[in-house]
Amino acid sequence: MRKGLARICGRIITFFARAVTAVQPVWQGVDPDQNRQRIYFANHASHGDFILIWAVLPPRAQRETRPVAGTDYWQSGRLRRFIGSEVFDALLIARKGDGPPGAAIGQMVGALDEGASLILFPEGTRNQTDAALLPFRGGLYHLAWARPQVDLVPVWIENLNRVLPKGAVIPVPLMCKTIFGEALRLAPDEDKDTFLARSRAALLALRPGRDDKAEVAA
Amino acid sequence: MSAAHEDLLTVILGIGGVLVFASAVGWLLARLYSPEGESAAIENLNDRIRAWWLMVLALALAFLGGRAGVIVLFAICAFAALREFMTLTNAGRADHRSLIAAFFIVLPVQFYLVWIGWYGLFAIFIPVWVFLLLPIVSVLAGETRNYLVRIAEMQWALMICVFCVSHVPALLELRIPGYDGRNVLLIAWLVIVVQLSDVLQYVWGKLIGRRKLAPRLSPSKTVEGLAGGALSASLIGTALWWMTPFRPLEAWGMSLMITALGCAGGLVMSAIKRDKGVKDWGHTIAGHGGFIDRLDSVVFAAPIFFHVTRYFWNIG
Repeated sequence: MRKGLARICGRIITFFARAVTAVQPVWQGVDPDQNRQRIYFANHASHGDFILIWAVLPPRAQRETRPVAGTDYWQSGRLRRFIGSEVFDALLIARKGDGPPGAAIGQMVGALDEGASLILFPEGTRNQTDAALLPFRGGLYHLAWARPQVDLVPVWIENLNRVLPKGAVIPVPLMCKTIFGEALRLAPDEDKDTFLARSRAALLALRPGRDDKAEVAA
Repeated sequence: MSAAHEDLLTVILGIGGVLVFASAVGWLLARLYSPEGESAAIENLNDRIRAWWLMVLALALAFLGGRAGVIVLFAICAFAALREFMTLTNAGRADHRSLIAAFFIVLPVQFYLVWIGWYGLFAIFIPVWVFLLLPIVSVLAGETRNYLVRIAEMQWALMICVFCVSHVPALLELRIPGYDGRNVLLIAWLVIVVQLSDVLQYVWGKLIGRRKLAPRLSPSKTVEGLAGGALSASLIGTALWWMTPFRPLEAWGMSLMITALGCAGGLVMSAIKRDKGVKDWGHTIAGHGGFIDRLDSVVFAAPIFFHVTRYFWNIG
C-alpha cells in the first residue's frame, strides 16, 4: 500500500518535472542501457537536481539508483521524509560537522556494497553563487579510493538554476538537459587534489557553451 | 449530426487518408533505400510522419471537442512554445517574477479572453498592458545589466508564442453571416493550408530545388521549393473553399497570403535560431524539433489571417 503510494508519487513528481523542464538526456559518454554500477556526480543548484537525473534513467537503473542527500533537509517534515526515503530511496547523510568524521563515506560505501548506484553532488551544498561550479569537497575522492571499481559518471544539469533560482519557490518552465559524460576512475597514485581537479574539469567540460552549440540551422 | 460536423469528419478522414498514403510511401522508401536505417533523410521523414499522426490526432480530438478543446489545445501549444522561447532568452534570476507572470498569468488570461470572447481586451492585452507592466516587474529586481535586451526578448516571446498563437482559437469568435457554427472549419483550413505549404515546400525543394532562397538563414529552403509549395498549397486551399466563408477565388487569394506569411515566418524564426546558435527550438516532437519549429508558419499567418477575415467578412 505505502509502496504503491510511493511509486505513484514518484510518477507524479517526474511528470511535473517533465512538464516544467521537458528534460532531455544527452548521453555523451556512457550507454544508458548498459547496466553497470555507477556514481553519478553532478552540479548542484536546487533541491530538484537529482530528480532530473533520476527521471531520465531507464526504469531498471531507476530502481537501483539512490540520491545522496542531506538529512537536515529531507528529514524535516513528514512529506519530505516520505519523498526522500520512500519515493526516491535517498541515502540520507549528516552534513559535515554533524556526525562523526567518515560516517557519511561509510554509509555511501555500504550502499555501493549492496549494489546500489548513487547520485552525488560533490560541491557539498547548493551553488547559489554566479560561479558555474564550486570547488569539490573530498567525498568523491574518498569514495573512488574506497571502491575504485565503480564508474564515476559526470552529469551536467543545464538550466535548472534558471528554473528555480536562489530563494524562488515557484519554478518557471524552461527546457533543461542532463548531459552524461564519459565515466572516469581514480588513477593509481593519483592524489586527492589532482583527482578532484580532474573530475571537476570533466564535469565543467560538459557545460554547453553558447558558441559550441552553433550548428547548421535547418 | 450538423452539416459542420459532417464536413469536419470529412476533413479529418481526408487528412487520415493523406497520412496513410504518406506512411505507405515512407515505409516503401525505408524498405527500398534504408532497410537498416542507414539513410538519415528517410529515417527523419518517417519520424516526421509518425509525429504528424500524433499532431493530427490531437487536432482532431480538439476540433471534435469544440470551443473548449480548441482553446485548450492552443493554450498548451503556447505554453510549450513559450517554454522553448524563454529558454533561449537572456531572462535570468532578476526576471524570475516576470517569467512567473508570463507563464502563469499572462498566458492563461490571454486564452481566457478568447474563451469569453472579449475582443477589445484580447487585442491589446499583451501589446499594451503586458508591454508596460512586465518591465515594471523586472525593474523592481534592480538588475540593470542587459535590461533592455531582457525585457525586449520577453515581450517578443509573449507576442510570438502567446499573442500570435491565441489568434488561431480566436477565429472561433468571428461572426460571419451564413457561416454560423462552422468556425472550427476555418481553423482547420488555416492549419491545413499553412502546414501543407510547409510540407510541399520541403517536397518540391527535395525534388527540383536548386537555387537557395536564403542560404545564411535556412540552407534547406529553395526558390523552387517555395514557389512549388506555395502554389500547390494554394491550389489545395482553393479546392477546399467549401470549408471557408470565402468564394473559390477569395480562398485562393487568402491561401497565397497565408502561405507567403508562413514561409516568411519560418525565415524569421530561423534567423532567431541562428542568432542564438541552436539548430532546433526544442526536442519534444521527434523529427521536427520543438513546438516552435512546427508552429512558426502558423504563428505568422494566424493574426493577419484573423484580421483580414475579420475586416472583410465579420459583422462586428
